[in-house]
Amino acid sequence: MKYLANVTTLQYSVDKCTGCGRCVEVCPQGVFEMRDKRAMVTDRDLCMECGACALNCEFGAIAVNSGVGCAAAIINGMITGGEPTCGCGDTAAGCCG
Amino acid sequence: MQTIQTLNFVKKSAPPFSIGTISTPQGSVYKVSSDWTRADYWGMIKSRSSAFRMNYSVSPGLYAAGDPTRESDVFVTANYKLTFDTVRRELKGMNAWVLVLDTKSINVWCAAGKGTFGTDELINRISLVKLDTVVSHKRIILPQLGAVGVNASAVRKKTGFRVSFGPVQARDIPSYVAAGYKKTKEMSAITFPMLDRLILTPMELSPAMKKHFPWIAAGILLLFGLQPSGILFREAWSNGLPFILLALITIFAGALVTPTLLPYVPFRSFAIKGWIVGALSIYIATRYVELSLARDRVLLIVSYLLFPALSSYIALQFTGATTFTGMSGVKKELKIGIPIYIGAASVSLILLIVFKLKEWRLV
Repeated sequence: MKYLANVTTLQYSVDKCTGCGRCVEVCPQGVFEMRDKRAMVTDRDLCMECGACALNCEFGAIAVNSGVGCAAAIINGMITGGEPTCGCGDTAAGCCG
Repeated sequence: MQTIQTLNFVKKSAPPFSIGTISTPQGSVYKVSSDWTRADYWGMIKSRSSAFRMNYSVSPGLYAAGDPTRESDVFVTANYKLTFDTVRRELKGMNAWVLVLDTKSINVWCAAGKGTFGTDELINRISLVKLDTVVSHKRIILPQLGAVGVNASAVRKKTGFRVSFGPVQARDIPSYVAAGYKKTKEMSAITFPMLDRLILTPMELSPAMKKHFPWIAAGILLLFGLQPSGILFREAWSNGLPFILLALITIFAGALVTPTLLPYVPFRSFAIKGWIVGALSIYIATRYVELSLARDRVLLIVSYLLFPALSSYIALQFTGATTFTGMSGVKKELKIGIPIYIGAASVSLILLIVFKLKEWRLV
């Protein structure tokens, strides 16, 4: 299953890649794969912006604007004017299943 | 007397899944059973369907599965009890250490997203349990989805432990270890089969039923009961009930049918998927079920304006539970969707006022 096309904020600079393979190890969507000792993007639209690759790339080759992709959280953020946050405190609704 | 008291104390404080203790240089560590009791199954059902899961936790710290030695693997997990129970069940027959982080009783992926299954907590927990004195090696295995919150190189710099991100699912741990700590593509990929989607729907249905449904039902009854002479309950029931039934069908369309049939409903947008399922449900309901409102054109238009939009909105909420939707996409859907929802609700309100004025023979 794929979500909307051309919306991901994923940015990858192949020239900074050292071929360690960490991004392939952490991505749950198979966005990266190793080709000729470098990581390559397979299909950007598979990216769900979880941010695991950017956090674990030691060489700063990956940037992505990650955050909770849950509608309730984003509406919360729109109302409060802050970052999207799930209400997963005491009154948790649909998120964090 | 003294002994009996001590025994009682140990019995009381030991977690129910413990089958004894194992001694380490840092004191005794609970050995965990790999079997589930009836209470574990019941806990799983409750945490899948209600807010019970908010406090369903185990104490953070170190546990032993089987009879681990100084050479045994260390698996890191969350302190949500359903997660911990799954890990100890899948470690059956293996000798390993289980390091439980304090994730505030939230599963690995969500906790990693919030940062509680995170770099700082892992570094802190490794030093609290003095892991370097319990094992002689420097390897720890994290669930792959923990990578959203854990920076492996920072952990190595602070603690010396090298993080391997293992399989996504605990059930793949034995084959991952057997393959020499190598993951297949399948072990790395998060899938979202129909059963998984279905399991998540109670937590979509229950807030919709609690938060939206009472207001919708009250609004419908008020609308149909309202007369110039006051509120007529008989009118409210006889004319309102079919509408309430439609609202109920709508909630199930958005919260149950759309998530379950997700890949089979056309378009990638959840808002459109929800709208389609909602509109189809209303079509079927008004066609095959004898509804008095179907005879009134204004009410029929309102049904098609309001209920598919509600189903669409509820379906959009499911983006929070899926494994493949991202923030930018959901933001885009909301940016387009919310004005449409507000528009549909406003037009419906005007039409309903017209309907009432006609009913009261004022126009």
